[in-house]
Amino acid sequence: MADEVSSARIAELERTAREMRREIIRMTRAAGSGHPGGSLSVTDLLAALVFQEMKLDPARVDWPDRDRLVLSKGHAAPALYAALALRGFLPREELRTLRQLGSRLQGHVDRNKLAAIEASTGCLGQGIGMAVGMALDARLARRSNRVYTIIGDGECQSGPTWEALMAGGHYALGNFVVLLDRNGYETDGSTESIMGIEPIVDKFRAFRYHTLDIDGHDFGQILNALAAARAVTDRPTAIVARTVKGKGVSFMEGTHVYHGKAPTAAEAEKALAELGVPP
Amino acid sequence: MAEARKTESLRDAYGNALVDLGGKDPKLVVLDADLSGSTRTQLFGKKFPDRFFNVGVMEPTMVTIAAGLALGGRTVFASTFAVFAAGHSYNMIRQSVCYNHANVKIVATHGGLLVGPDGGTHQMLEDIGLMRGLPGMTVVVPADAPTTRSAILALAEVYGPAYVRLTRENLPTVTDGSFEIGRANELRPGSDLTIVALGALVARALDVAEELHKVGVEVRILDAASVKPFDEAAVLRAARDTGALLVLEEHTVETGVGSLIAATTAENYPVPVRRVGVPDVFGESGEGWALMDRFGLSEGRIMEEAWELLRARGKVH
Repeated sequence: MADEVSSARIAELERTAREMRREIIRMTRAAGSGHPGGSLSVTDLLAALVFQEMKLDPARVDWPDRDRLVLSKGHAAPALYAALALRGFLPREELRTLRQLGSRLQGHVDRNKLAAIEASTGCLGQGIGMAVGMALDARLARRSNRVYTIIGDGECQSGPTWEALMAGGHYALGNFVVLLDRNGYETDGSTESIMGIEPIVDKFRAFRYHTLDIDGHDFGQILNALAAARAVTDRPTAIVARTVKGKGVSFMEGTHVYHGKAPTAAEAEKALAELGVPP
Repeated sequence: MAEARKTESLRDAYGNALVDLGGKDPKLVVLDADLSGSTRTQLFGKKFPDRFFNVGVMEPTMVTIAAGLALGGRTVFASTFAVFAAGHSYNMIRQSVCYNHANVKIVATHGGLLVGPDGGTHQMLEDIGLMRGLPGMTVVVPADAPTTRSAILALAEVYGPAYVRLTRENLPTVTDGSFEIGRANELRPGSDLTIVALGALVARALDVAEELHKVGVEVRILDAASVKPFDEAAVLRAARDTGALLVLEEHTVETGVGSLIAATTAENYPVPVRRVGVPDVFGESGEGWALMDRFGLSEGRIMEEAWELLRARGKVH
């Protein structure tokens, strides 16, 4: 349970998340394109999953009992690559190859290029359905692994997202957890000004999910929610993680501008300064 | 001719093949989207309820769920009507199945005009073009029940995405069921002209060949059940041997197998090719075979096209 996670461990996760954020800035800067805003907002959720909650083994990416993570918002690829690199799934230097010809680090995550990726995603509303399939597979095979998927809030405007949510609820997938990176913004602006998704918590509840509403940048709350999800086995869990788009970089926070725009050299320098020089 | 042949349900052949596969492979799963009675996946569902998922009317997500199940190491069959599979779920088939290279076999029933009275919304005439354009996809259009069975069994043996288009109507049994992925079956030898046909039109092609035989014209018939990978060698051999190709398909001529054959011969061995398919229009309500006639796939029209090619070749005057 989360209360077993010491404050020292949480401080460590916070340091890891900060390192991930620096890598996100560096790699999107090197690539000259990408999605920093939604990568920075989902960083803490990913750090909690990859460095604490999930059963993973970098030496055995095909370990049958590993927990699965499907990044349904596949454009947050830089955040996942950063987490996987720091966790030992790929060399850290490789992060600089993001989006370049011949790289394993595609603009949107690709399982056929990088084995640590569970499912290739990018077009929205699909990863969540694949995750439902993986959870059904685990149940059929009587494996104990859990399946996590991270969806975006713009993605909640997509019909197939709700199809997949309906299926997860119908099949009462106790091994399935949906994390919503509720950063409030999509490409063109705020979700509520474009196509409102609220009341999102009510919607998940109506779809038969054990639903939790948390601060997606508070590791104590994130780990508590993931532990609570583990304790509920008769239905899936939805975690609405309230996050800040561009979290950690002042000029990227709370705006849609950096949804799909990489920082310039000067912006990257400023961002890295804000995120602190690595030890 | 066609009336004299035994007709059988391709859908029954599919459902029964699934039941046999399910008995052999305990990991095989089947999905459907509220049409399991029509697609016959119900036969599997009754036998193996734990491995059957009827997800309701969410075809796109049936496909993504199928992909997720497949990535766990399973062979997955997913069925609905062709318009809901290749049409409504195209991008899910593209990304979740093909881009992921997931072992999902989409078996779409109710392809083409023979859907009949349901009308143009449900008569999928663009699926073969859409599906054969996808990298890594295998596309099969069986002509009869025996080929349906052998194609389903063959596809289950091979890892990777596949799309199978089946016909709603019972069709005359015209093959011995021998099917090989990537091979066009020569159902009738001939050296004056080749007709390449697929699906329901294979029987019609054989009828035309029989009529022409009576006047001394020998038509080679190729069953192009394996649309992708396509048997280019058999088609080019036919081009060399017979000098002209007539292609019959219950599909828009814009993107069908006729276009593929025209391109293949143009690049490798140019010969006259005529494409007989549905012109660039949607279908409409009506009895299935009447629609075939209405949209240019009548035996008379096929015969005319055949004569035109024979005249062009100087085989007749």
